[in-house]
Amino acid sequence: MIAFEKVTKRYGSVAALDRVDLRLEGDQTVAILGPNGAGKTTAISLMLGLRHPTSGIVRVLGYDPRDVRAHTAIGAMLQTSGVPGYLSVREAIDLFRTYYPQPLPISQILATAGLHTLERARVTTLSGGELQRLYFALAICGDPRVLLLDEPTVGLDVEARRGMLRTIRTIAGEGRMVVLTTHYLEEADALADRIIVLNHGCIVADGPPSQIKAYVARKRLAFRSSSAQVPEALHAAGISQLEQPDEHVFNCVTEQPERVLYELFSRGIDISDLTVTGASLEEAFLALTGSGESHAA
Amino acid sequence: MQRELAPLFPMASAQTRTELVRLLRMPAFTAISIALPIMFYAFFGVPQAHIHYQSTTAGLYILGSFSAYAVLSIALFSFGASVAAERGTGATRLMRATPLRRSAYFFGKVVAALCFSAVAVTLLVLFAIVTNSAHPSLSMFLNLLGDLLLGCIPFIVLGFAVGYLASINSAIAVLNLINLPLAFASGLFVPLTELPKWVRMVAPYLPTYHYGQLAWGAMGAPVEPALRSFLWLAGYAIVFLAVALRAYHRDERKEFA
Repeated sequence: MIAFEKVTKRYGSVAALDRVDLRLEGDQTVAILGPNGAGKTTAISLMLGLRHPTSGIVRVLGYDPRDVRAHTAIGAMLQTSGVPGYLSVREAIDLFRTYYPQPLPISQILATAGLHTLERARVTTLSGGELQRLYFALAICGDPRVLLLDEPTVGLDVEARRGMLRTIRTIAGEGRMVVLTTHYLEEADALADRIIVLNHGCIVADGPPSQIKAYVARKRLAFRSSSAQVPEALHAAGISQLEQPDEHVFNCVTEQPERVLYELFSRGIDISDLTVTGASLEEAFLALTGSGESHAA
Repeated sequence: MQRELAPLFPMASAQTRTELVRLLRMPAFTAISIALPIMFYAFFGVPQAHIHYQSTTAGLYILGSFSAYAVLSIALFSFGASVAAERGTGATRLMRATPLRRSAYFFGKVVAALCFSAVAVTLLVLFAIVTNSAHPSLSMFLNLLGDLLLGCIPFIVLGFAVGYLASINSAIAVLNLINLPLAFASGLFVPLTELPKWVRMVAPYLPTYHYGQLAWGAMGAPVEPALRSFLWLAGYAIVFLAVALRAYHRDERKEFA
């Protein structure tokens, strides 16, 4: 349904996307995961025809993304967005419904987006979370085949974020594809059938959540010890990225911290100042892009 | 059979309704657009209404002037300011991501501004009648309204140009800088005969001068043939359209390339 063929998008000399090939098919929910500046918003903008590729081809349902037929089949929630502030929630939704040939009933839109109590509220009076729900309502009002959500939970508090995730889940899989971008692996994991990890404009990982999560199942282990047997024990435990900022300080990454500790203790090695931290997504990205080895913690 | 695209007419009428709602709910702009011409007419028109001037009465002549000024301001501001605001808030971006047709979008803005202009001119004329300062006949009134609504197209286009060139913060200032000198130098505030010689020499080349000619003509003053006024205005419409398209494409390249 959405296809990128060798798509490059440059802003001046910066490549926001670099020869990206991508095919999104069926009614799945796809999360595009990546840090700031990874190219997520650029990818969404290209799918919407808000930006044009410097080279390569983007197709949405077989159409050029600028084609009005593509826009009719897509609903979108953008990061930089606006709705006339003088309208009420209901008026804004009614206006957007006229843009589509088969809009959803207004009552269904209000209920899905959780806006039924705010029907008469002016857009200017909405809180951040409420406004985000309105943007969601506007995105779904044409009953789209493809729903594109660019960072739908950004800036939301915990409660609002949970509500938004719940809402997205109800609309996903009703015979539509949902593509969302996010910084958070948990969010991608909670919603998506497929996660595409983007970094520096390239796809660095693409697979089901279980596979992507394996990358970040790693833990960073740091401790202090004066024993000479430590390196041997660590290697026996199968660690990676051993660093010794100091002769007695050890810093390593492992998927099985328990096994490392077992190896250390079973050899009678004394350690102190032990910390175990989850490797951040950022670290996982760095590992995936191969720059992890030189990354000093 | 499923429709592939949404029908254009309901879309265009919903856009128009939205623009009218904007006018009703942004009372500062609406009230000023209606009140300023009435206030000016009260100052300049009412006291000397019954003086004979330009083979009509000063009341009718000045009523024509401020009717033209009212529609001119609405045409410039309701386009320039709203387009700049939509660009500034990201509303343009969201609309671009929807199948809203550009024709429906422009239709809504133009029709709403014309409706609003008609209301503003009607209220001004009613004010003149109530204050017993000018009594245009029904045909004079319809002539005035028709000419002003048809003739305001170049100013609508100019408004769009400013909307795409200026930022949300500078649009109002730029529009004032266009609106006030143009109106003044064309004799809409003070009759041309009272203005310095160099202004009188420049005036016949200004679009607002020919716009004023239409208004004064409708009020019974001797003016250039209406066709000539319309040709001048059409010429300016083409020039402004070229500027507006350039500005629009420049903005496109910057925001959506």
